[in-house]
Amino acid sequence: MVQNIIDVRNLSKSFDISSKEPGLKGTIKHFFRRQTKSLKVIKDISFEIKEGEIVGFLGANGAGKTTILKMLCGLIYPSEGSILVSGYLPFRRKENFLKNITLIMGQKQQLIWDLPPIESFYLNASIYDLDKFEAKKRIKKLSEMLEIDEELFIPVRKLSLGQRMKSELLAALIHQPNILFLDEPTLGLDINAQRNLRKFLQKYNEETNATICLTSHYMKDITSLCKRVICVHEGAISYDGKLDLLLKKLSPVKEILIVCRSEEDAIKLENSGFSVKNKIKNEITIKIENNSITSSLKTILNNFDIEDLFINEPPIDEVIGKVLIKKDYDI
Amino acid sequence: MISNLINRKIFTLLKVQYSNMLEYRVEIALWAISGIIPFFMLNIWTNNNLNESINISETLLSRYFLCAFFVRQFSVVWVVFSFEEDSLMGKVSPYLIQPLNPFFRYFAQHLAEQITRFPFALIIAFFFFIFNPESIWIPNLGILLLSIVSTFLSFLIQFLIQSIVACLCFWTEKASSIERLLFIPTLFLSGLLAPVVSFPTYVKSWIYLTPFPYLIDFPANLLSGNETNIIGGLIMQILWIFILFPLFKKIWSEGTKKYTAMGS
Repeated sequence: MVQNIIDVRNLSKSFDISSKEPGLKGTIKHFFRRQTKSLKVIKDISFEIKEGEIVGFLGANGAGKTTILKMLCGLIYPSEGSILVSGYLPFRRKENFLKNITLIMGQKQQLIWDLPPIESFYLNASIYDLDKFEAKKRIKKLSEMLEIDEELFIPVRKLSLGQRMKSELLAALIHQPNILFLDEPTLGLDINAQRNLRKFLQKYNEETNATICLTSHYMKDITSLCKRVICVHEGAISYDGKLDLLLKKLSPVKEILIVCRSEEDAIKLENSGFSVKNKIKNEITIKIENNSITSSLKTILNNFDIEDLFINEPPIDEVIGKVLIKKDYDI
Repeated sequence: MISNLINRKIFTLLKVQYSNMLEYRVEIALWAISGIIPFFMLNIWTNNNLNESINISETLLSRYFLCAFFVRQFSVVWVVFSFEEDSLMGKVSPYLIQPLNPFFRYFAQHLAEQITRFPFALIIAFFFFIFNPESIWIPNLGILLLSIVSTFLSFLIQFLIQSIVACLCFWTEKASSIERLLFIPTLFLSGLLAPVVSFPTYVKSWIYLTPFPYLIDFPANLLSGNETNIIGGLIMQILWIFILFPLFKKIWSEGTKKYTAMGS
């Protein structure tokens, strides 16, 4: 049986936020009497993650996804509740815990700006107690997986964003962590670089059975890597489960574009009781519920003269967009 | 074994930071030149014959200010500014989840900068001796070694004081303004502008209870061969380190609980 590697119970986090009224009067008032209020950004959430799982955290900006990741890796202290990651309380930042995890934040870098990435790799290797031989072996393997080579010897400031991101990944994975916390790892990368990064993460997960917690606003990252998603809405979990179940729930109908042999056939089809979205000459678009798609298509093919048909999936961004603005999805 | 591992980490950090510092050699040369306040002070003192009021010869005074320059070069600390910037920009976050306290990085950065600064300081000293040939002297080996130890202890005290102030970033975000408050007593009481011996007796007795005279005055007097209580001075330096280190650990541990990882 696969064990839970992350166990979160009734976790909450509050921040003290100071607010200021606009204008000079507000500034003077703010100077003498600062108004602060406690803002609860994570509200009593609970979930578990199994070893080797890749879980996507979805939510609008400010929903609390990054705050959850920061608490899971021990960067910030929870206000209430408990977190166990790999059997450790993250915030205590025990050496063995820290050697097991990594956090990658898109566009935030740990590489030394004026030196080639290789210097930062060896530095990280020594921080994680790797000997030079082992470090060399891992750098070689990871650089092959990431398809970087001569970039290792060029100062970081001269690398492109994609090359830098790959180098950041290498630096963050040199100690071979079991748990990866990735906060928008593909932010700002071009389509090819995004695809390569996803391929790499998939391969890393397959080869090492690492657990990956990922936040991203690029739906492709989520759909190609995560079977499970946790949707966060205003600090609370609105959905925790399989991605395909969520998609089915959110888009219960499919759109089918049917090209009839003649316009008469299209008119006949229009009047046959299907829900019609639109009709242009001999092309007609109808909506069919997911659970009756096979029987409906059989009926259409048997009774009408059809030249061609296309089944259109609703755009994933549009579907997921719905989840970001809704409080609860009970599947 | 643990100390071996720490040594290896520090050694690698030092190597990497030294390579990094060499990228900034022009800036470091300029920083070294910018630390010549003691020479201006020497000029003021000798031109006004102020050395006579404290019964110290012009030669000894010029040696004192040269040594003050050297001690300052190898004990200058700016960790509060680096940490504040890194903390506000969220750069501290990746370091916090590595099995090494981020302050070791800053520590190595400072040491690497001192190594880079060394040849420039020697060049400045060379020119000083050309213009003040009467000040040339060779300290005996024992005194030289003790001065190096004392300068390093002075650096540790300043590093700890600034690290404590830097940790206030977890509460105030602008800890460098607190450091600026400390700059005034550091400037006046450390011996950078005037040897502490020149202060009135009742003021001196208070000054010696603070860490400030052990930052520049004590190591500079030791190196220049002026009369000073060597054992007492070293004990006070070690004592301050023993007071400041647990304080730093406590404030670090409380501060990280307050860390909000903003900017990241």
